[in-house]
Amino acid sequence: MKVITANFVTCAVKECKTSAQSFPLHFHDAELEMSELDFQPEFIRNVVPRIDWEALRVTANELGFPTLPDVKPEGDALNDEQTLKDLHRLLLETQVMEGKLKCGNCGHEYVIKEGIANFLLPSHLV
Amino acid sequence: MEYLVRLAQWHQSFRVPELQAVATYLGIDLEIVFYDDFSPYCIVKLPDEAAARALIARSILAKDIFELWGQGTNYEELHADVKKRTPHLWSKYLNVTFGFDVDTYSGKRSQTTKKEIILSFKYLGFQGPIRLKNPEQSWLIMEKYVSQWEVPVNEQEKNPEPQKIYLGRYLAKSDRGAIIKYDLKKRKYISTTSMDAELSLVTANMALAGPGKLFYDPFVGTGSFLVAAAHFGALTMGSDIDPRSFRGKDEERQHKNDIAILRNFHQYETVSKYVDTFGSDLTNTPLRRNHFLDGIVCDPPYGVREGLRVLGARDGKQIDPVVIDGVLNYYRPGYIPPKRPYGFEAMQKDILNFAARALVINGRLVMWMPTALEDVGLPVPMHKNLEVISVSVQSFGNWARQLITYRRLPEGELSDISKGRTVEDDRGVSASELNTFRRKYFNGFQTEEESTPTTTP
Repeated sequence: MKVITANFVTCAVKECKTSAQSFPLHFHDAELEMSELDFQPEFIRNVVPRIDWEALRVTANELGFPTLPDVKPEGDALNDEQTLKDLHRLLLETQVMEGKLKCGNCGHEYVIKEGIANFLLPSHLV
Repeated sequence: MEYLVRLAQWHQSFRVPELQAVATYLGIDLEIVFYDDFSPYCIVKLPDEAAARALIARSILAKDIFELWGQGTNYEELHADVKKRTPHLWSKYLNVTFGFDVDTYSGKRSQTTKKEIILSFKYLGFQGPIRLKNPEQSWLIMEKYVSQWEVPVNEQEKNPEPQKIYLGRYLAKSDRGAIIKYDLKKRKYISTTSMDAELSLVTANMALAGPGKLFYDPFVGTGSFLVAAAHFGALTMGSDIDPRSFRGKDEERQHKNDIAILRNFHQYETVSKYVDTFGSDLTNTPLRRNHFLDGIVCDPPYGVREGLRVLGARDGKQIDPVVIDGVLNYYRPGYIPPKRPYGFEAMQKDILNFAARALVINGRLVMWMPTALEDVGLPVPMHKNLEVISVSVQSFGNWARQLITYRRLPEGELSDISKGRTVEDDRGVSASELNTFRRKYFNGFQTEEESTPTTTP
């Protein structure tokens, strides 16, 4: 699971959707893998405005990345090549191959295996 | 300026919607001047030649595009039209190497007649040498005859004359070659329900896939729509209630972390366009409630072979978790969560509701929906935040599937949903009770009165 995807998911349990504690989900025992992809600055420019920056800071911190800037880059800052490259590396080139994503509200854990997260809920949580 | 688009003569109801989608994607003003389901020749108005080239470069159901030099119902009319429209252009091509040929639809011409036809245009005055291969410029005379689809062969005249004739200067070919590149026969990972290359590419086109965009398929399966969206440059994510569908079978794995769907992205050299796949059920999605997707493309399960399922216990019974060897059963490897039958209409509603909250403004939902043939033309599902852009139909004899394209409206704009589909799922618990399409399918699409009720589980 890539870091960008972690920013778009929360706990699948309905009761957790309204809780601030359920987002972002927290990585545990994460095994990271970096893979080089074509640099796609236009994608980063488009997608950064849709990112929850506070949550991304939490995730980056949990995965041991250097601290991100306090504020989300906007406007001209999104034309800075280095900024775009750093975000490209974090959002698209960093993926969690093994580990867990845990909800801070209900405590349910979603397993990540071979890069694939499983958000399928057992029936008592549906 | 008018241009002639030569279309593939099938998937008729998809052809104009695709051209319009490509024009929308490119921000080009496109006016359809003439279109007929029975003809491969479509006349359009476009701002300039550059727009014509850009439009065709992304089209799948069009073959190529021509600058229109003239048209008529016979050669007299055609010549008169050419002499009216183009004399100011003739000198431009005075000395180029050039080609001239005749294309017939639903008709035939002998080589001798073709030559005579070509020679009748000698007043254009081109002096350059004729080249069969790679001429600098080429012209095509296109003749449309009455086809067997309009008039049965045995009722047609013996030696018919064309109904309509066009002369066009060739500009460029379309992206139809992609159909061969993405052919399922040559694709590494497919299943029996993979959507064919051509209609997958058309689906991605309708959804305005392009570089910089994020696309999602909530019923991803083997990823036909993702590779198609990636072909146009979009980044893609997918999920499925059955993770084995995209992960592949254990016994077919070639190495550690070998995810079957990724083999396709490697094959097409679009790995940079693959974001993620994950196990999830759209009805219980983990995706956040914010507008982050540019496109949603999907072919939701029809529920015929297996019946529609979502997460949850059948009959609503609570299944209490148990601990096995000190681990909760649902955290153990290989755990498969229970699923319950779900309604066809309920699924459509979930998809529209999801699209309304997940798409960015002007983002598109492009969805396939199976329909009994008798139900084609009935209202499609609607949502107040989504505008229906087009509905195209692919017929399979006694049933059909419709491709419905929606646009997410800006805040403050609402679409009129009073003409929307109002069908409710029947009450019941079994897959057939909940799915009219499934019931009709197993009844061989007879009307419900003439068939005996079925209780197929």
